[in-house]
Amino acid sequence: MDLGTSLINVALLAMLFVVAVAIIRMRSLFAIVMLAGAYSLLSATWFVVLDAVDVAFTEAAVGAGISTALMLGAMLLTSRTAKSERAILGVVPFLVCVLTGAVLIYATIDLPALGDAASAANSHVGAQYLERVQADTGVPNVVTAVLASYRGFDTLGETCVIFAAGVAVVLLLGFGERSLSARSDKGRSRKESK
Amino acid sequence: MIGVSVIALTIALALTLLRALMGPTLYDQVLAVNSFGTKTVLLLGMLGFFMGRPDFLDLAILYALINFVATIAVLKFVRYRSFQVTLVRKDRKKGEG
Repeated sequence: MDLGTSLINVALLAMLFVVAVAIIRMRSLFAIVMLAGAYSLLSATWFVVLDAVDVAFTEAAVGAGISTALMLGAMLLTSRTAKSERAILGVVPFLVCVLTGAVLIYATIDLPALGDAASAANSHVGAQYLERVQADTGVPNVVTAVLASYRGFDTLGETCVIFAAGVAVVLLLGFGERSLSARSDKGRSRKESK
Repeated sequence: MIGVSVIALTIALALTLLRALMGPTLYDQVLAVNSFGTKTVLLLGMLGFFMGRPDFLDLAILYALINFVATIAVLKFVRYRSFQVTLVRKDRKKGEG
């Protein structure tokens, strides 16, 4: 990894860190939702730098798109600010966090380096895929080729299951006119009570 | 050349982030996050060329779409307090207010 890319990595990770700390410190839920959207856009960009475009795609669509809308919808049901509570310094939770972090960092030492040719993922079947994917499918991205071509039927089944689940959720919750008429009285009575 | 613009964009991102963090009103924050998303799209486009793989430029288009939709959702939430109001005004049986 050359200097420029590592500099971009450092800058993106620093911004991610700042946003995460800000999300923890803030009390206005609306601002937190907005910052969470910015956070997932940033991390999606970082995934692109790491060449994980498919993860970035999902992160951008789910993290910045859907979950922002979901969080705002959830905010409708609660108050607009979090309860302000006095900061209590718990020694035991702090120690547990530090210990878990240390163990995780220790575990990363054993991981092969990014793009290591001798790693287990790259030396057995993975190498075969990398060699043959161009001739077999003609898809430029190997992950996409595996997902949509080699195990295409599997992906089709997954998509059917997710679609069925989505339809079931929509049928249960109800969208559009039906839920609008049911919701409008409730919303008004809540507004009056304030 | 591309490296310089990547650096400039990163600095612009940091400045926008600063506004999003300490914006005096909520609307400053909404605006800052929206322009943060726009700058992310630009940075994504630049990064493709910077790393020598501009194949994934279409990802930037997806980001632009998501950013647009999210901003519309946020503004709709601020205005109507609900997502289930159609943006097209039409006569309803139970009028508002």
